[in-house]
Amino acid sequence: MKPRKFDLVRAETTAEALAALSEAGGEAKIFAGGQSLMAMMNLRLLEPSVLIDISQISELSYIKEAGDKLEIGAAVTQVELLSWPGLADRLPLLHQAIPHLGHFQTRNRGTICGSLSHSDPSSELPLCLATLGGEVVLQSVRGERVLSAANFQLGMMTTAKADDELIVAARYPFKKPGEGFAFTEVAQRRGDFAIVAVAAVASGDTFRLGVGGVADKPTVRNWTNLADENLDDELNAFAWELKGSDDIHATARYRRELVRRLGRRVIEEAKACRS
Amino acid sequence: MPKLSQEAVQKINFTLNGEAETGMAEPRMLLSDFLRNVMGVTGCHVGCEHGVCGACTVQIDGKAQRSCLTLAVQVEGRAVDTVESLTGRENPLSDLQQNFKTHHGLQCGYCTPGILMSASEYLEKNPDPSEAEVRDMLSGHLCRCTGYAGIVNAIMATAKERQENKSEKSTAG
Repeated sequence: MKPRKFDLVRAETTAEALAALSEAGGEAKIFAGGQSLMAMMNLRLLEPSVLIDISQISELSYIKEAGDKLEIGAAVTQVELLSWPGLADRLPLLHQAIPHLGHFQTRNRGTICGSLSHSDPSSELPLCLATLGGEVVLQSVRGERVLSAANFQLGMMTTAKADDELIVAARYPFKKPGEGFAFTEVAQRRGDFAIVAVAAVASGDTFRLGVGGVADKPTVRNWTNLADENLDDELNAFAWELKGSDDIHATARYRRELVRRLGRRVIEEAKACRS
Repeated sequence: MPKLSQEAVQKINFTLNGEAETGMAEPRMLLSDFLRNVMGVTGCHVGCEHGVCGACTVQIDGKAQRSCLTLAVQVEGRAVDTVESLTGRENPLSDLQQNFKTHHGLQCGYCTPGILMSASEYLEKNPDPSEAEVRDMLSGHLCRCTGYAGIVNAIMATAKERQENKSEKSTAG
């Protein structure tokens, strides 16, 4: 239950972190909050030979408006985003979802971008990024690229991030006039990994449902002008298409039932709070 | 840019329970092990060592965090408070600790230091919480003895007493 030995780089600038990543040639892991990484290292599921601590990089510790999105730097903790004054009004989905993310003790240290990088299929922040159509900013010594959520997360704990790349920021789109949002999840205990997590966005005659915890990554479906009597059939088809499987926490059948029931609930809630 | 070799033992200067301290640790050493084995602060209890149980929770710069998911070298220049910080020399127990005793908020006591460090930060931020909020805060801690009822009662009683003391002071003043 102790990590194996590793060299530790305590980067003070983004350029230093990128240089260290490039030099390590795939042997390094980025350490921001460490709330998933350290647990995996203590369990020896991960044994990087170099750890690059980016938590002290002041240029990555910012929350700023970037056009129609909120840009969150890689050193920003989950509690810092939750305390951002405009969150409830301008990013209501994140405001609802973040309290489900771990516990306040882990949110005090865990970062937004770290959770996206970890890309657990049942995790709340990747689900919100996919449902809102956000994006991730990646940098390496080779340059910068911006990937949409759909192009970033490829599968279970797998992303398009190259070994020498660092997620320097995440961008979550702000609420637009007329939109409504809802989030909920079922877990065995508060703060545990979600068995199923659902996020909905409604606007006019259109609504969107994102589902986490069933497929190998968050999956989003859009509907326009759907009559209410057809919603259950649509949700049922979606639940089957996600191809959930049995595990020690829940059966595939139970997961499908959660998608059908929680899906309808958040869609109705999101429609009801359109403003 | 500081680059620490895996074998290199580092000097760590930090504030521990209000006093300036120095300790030595290699990069892989967890803060929990550093506090217990190097600094001798055994009030930081080690349970699961992967961030689930909450027994090792300490405050770093006033924020409750898992010391088993933090490296010792990361507290360089920071202030760490463990359960030992709650009791002054004059008063054997803080009001929060006294209420844990009064309301049977512990039995074996293994989880208690972590819960106290979370609760003390939480009550600073949210001095008048609902029971549901206290239970939500407690979700980050496992207790296998009490069933949590005594812990919730102890924290609620502490909040209530502090609110009453505050209103007495403001009417007196």
